Amino acid sequence: MKIVVCIKQVPDTAEVRINPETNTLVRDGVPSIINPYDMHALEAALQIRETAGGEVTALTMGPPQAEAALREAISMGVDKAVLVTDRLFAGSDTWATAYTLCKAVEHIGADIILCGKQAIDGDTAQVGPEMAEFLDMPHVAYVRKIDEVTNNRIVVQRLMDDGYDVVESAVPVLLTVVRELNIPRMPSLKGKMAAKKAAIIRLTAADLKADENSLGLKGSPTQVKNIFAPEAKTNRMMLSGTAEESIDQLVKELAAMKCL
Amino acid sequence: MFIKVNREKCTGCSLCISSCPYDAIVLHEERAQITPLCQLCRACLGVCPEGAISEVAEASDQKEKGQGSGVWVFAEQRDGVIAGVSLELLGAGRRLAGQLGTDLSAVLFGKVGPGPEELIRWGADRVYYCADDSVANFNDEPYARLLADLITEHRPEIVLAGATAIGRSFIPRIAARLHTGLTADCTSLEIDPETRDLLQVRPAFGGNIMATILCPHTRPQMATVRPRVMKPAEYASDRKGEIIPVSAAQAVSRTRVVETIREVSEVAVNLADANIIVAGGRGVGGEKGFALLFELADALGASIGASRGAVDEGWIPYRHQVGQTGKTVGPKIYIACGISGAVQHVVGMQSSDIIIAINKNPEAPIFNIATYGIVGEIAEIIPLLTRKIREAKGL
Ligand SMILES: Cc1cc2nc3c(=O)[nH]c(=O)nc-3n(C[C@H](O)[C@H](O)[C@H](O)COP(=O)(O)OP(=O)(O)OC[C@H]3O[C@@H](n4cnc5c(N)ncnc54)[C@H](O)[C@@H]3O)c2cc1C
Ligand SMILES: Nc1ncnc2c1ncn2[C@@H]1O[C@H](COP(=O)(O)O)[C@@H](O)[C@H]1O
Repeated sequence: MKIVVCIKQVPDTAEVRINPETNTLVRDGVPSIINPYDMHALEAALQIRETAGGEVTALTMGPPQAEAALREAISMGVDKAVLVTDRLFAGSDTWATAYTLCKAVEHIGADIILCGKQAIDGDTAQVGPEMAEFLDMPHVAYVRKIDEVTNNRIVVQRLMDDGYDVVESAVPVLLTVVRELNIPRMPSLKGKMAAKKAAIIRLTAADLKADENSLGLKGSPTQVKNIFAPEAKTNRMMLSGTAEESIDQLVKELAAMKCL
Repeated sequence: MFIKVNREKCTGCSLCISSCPYDAIVLHEERAQITPLCQLCRACLGVCPEGAISEVAEASDQKEKGQGSGVWVFAEQRDGVIAGVSLELLGAGRRLAGQLGTDLSAVLFGKVGPGPEELIRWGADRVYYCADDSVANFNDEPYARLLADLITEHRPEIVLAGATAIGRSFIPRIAARLHTGLTADCTSLEIDPETRDLLQVRPAFGGNIMATILCPHTRPQMATVRPRVMKPAEYASDRKGEIIPVSAAQAVSRTRVVETIREVSEVAVNLADANIIVAGGRGVGGEKGFALLFELADALGASIGASRGAVDEGWIPYRHQVGQTGKTVGPKIYIACGISGAVQHVVGMQSSDIIIAINKNPEAPIFNIATYGIVGEIAEIIPLLTRKIREAKGL
């Protein structure tokens, strides 16, 4: 079983803020982390390897610095780490990212591909399903439980808006996972040592034999036109008095707004 | 396109460096320099007081616009019921079609209770309707293939779908297949009057920033749209339109839904579609406390949400979790009970119209974003609120 986990290095967005006066991001000292959803994808890959055997490769597309994310993945126990990096990839939207990752997966070979549900910087949740289409593979999104894995078949639970579906899929398959799936393990001491020494496989656009017009900004159908701060809510009101008084006030406000 | 620093104008003040989410700007010989880390996110444009940072277009940026006309809405159904967001999209689609001087079509896979005509009454001029049993239930591959084929044949300029579990799962396959842009989870859609391009606004970075996204050269322009942010179109029982039957050629799929489990809870957990959400945090104190919230939710016809704090305690299942690592919601009313208001929670609910916070600590950060705040004990406030609401509603 060959398992590839796509991980993305992201700024810890909870700490990214916008300066409302200048409409620009303030990112002083915000650390880079492995996208939290991808940690669950990593854990799932390691668990599949424990039961079904095989080899786990962590794959990331990003700047040279993304190597840090791969070393963290190695410390958790992945067998191989691949960094896809090239100046030509700059400005990739989800389409170009998925295309590039697809080329990398073709290069590595995979039976099961695991992605996080979404990356916390873009929050799009599109790269996984787009990759599956490029690879001509089925996919199951929002996997919350993996019930069964064999060489040609997988049974998983998919979180839906109103409950969940039990889905059976042929292998090869791509899964995107939610956090309910598992609790990611901590790196072991041995893993940390291995991570320091491990060789990272680097691939460029040329190595992937990718079509240049499909990469980076050129290959990206979407563009960011501008960014701005979310509207601040202004009509704040602390309700005071006894519990009864404040609740009466609240119910009155809600009734006035026809919310009841 | 690339980002350039004018070294003559740059004073080396470093303002741009802290504006870059990707650490892609460094000081080099006392001047800002863009490194290969640049993702072209444009966050730095406009931050420079000297105007030294600009974007430079390249010859390859000039592409021809793809062709297409008409606005399409994918009408999602589950169990024969049309998703609320689809009616909202018909409202948005009607407006966009009006601005573009074109027409509005709905695409419906599977049968719905009132029949496909219902979509016409909700504003569509035309419905592409596939009644085949093979697409009665959602399945990524057949849905993606069928919709992609219809788009290739009829070439709409805009395709909208709900940012639901279904829409966000299969629509990306279509964007990949057709090599066109897809913008996720939009909260506002407008037409640029000059270029006729769709201006797609969406939250990013966990809701800390908003971004306007364009798909300038390829068609269709595709977007998934967050439920409950657009207004439904006006329903007119006498509206006339055209129904175009479509057959699902061969709906082969390598995935199969073995079983569908609906959450059998008296109070719906469909948070994405909820009008009102009553959410509990660690301050609710336990399952008993949540029982009080369920009663309040029952009185209001609300869904139940939770903070990670409460989920981690095991008082309520994960699927109720709201926030960065749970669901993103935008109901009309969000009642946060015993939730401190940690930023990871807030990013998932801050777009709610009205936020009511109940917390015993007057300093709790949740009050900073609340429309109405009550300082008090959950055990006291909630039952009283439930009773008063029942009274007000005459229950
Ligand atoms: C990577 C990451 C992702 C995360 N993702 C999420 C996420 O998606 N969603 C999420 O919610 N959190 C998330 N968190 C956790 C988040 O940081 C907070 O820890 C969490 O939201 C706290 O939950 P809480 O407000 O219920 O609990 P607490 O912070 O413990 O707050 C409880 C509140 O209840 C009040 N209170 C206590 N007793 C009473 C009483 N009797 N009556 C009234 N009020 C009372 C207290 O004053 C306090 O304000 C994430 C954290 C990390 C690091
Ligand atoms: N640059 C990248 N390198 C590796 N994996 C990625 C990259 N971008 C996205 N992914 C994967 O795709 C998932 C969804 O990302 P997104 O569509 O950007 O929200 C992530 O959780 C990752 O598993």
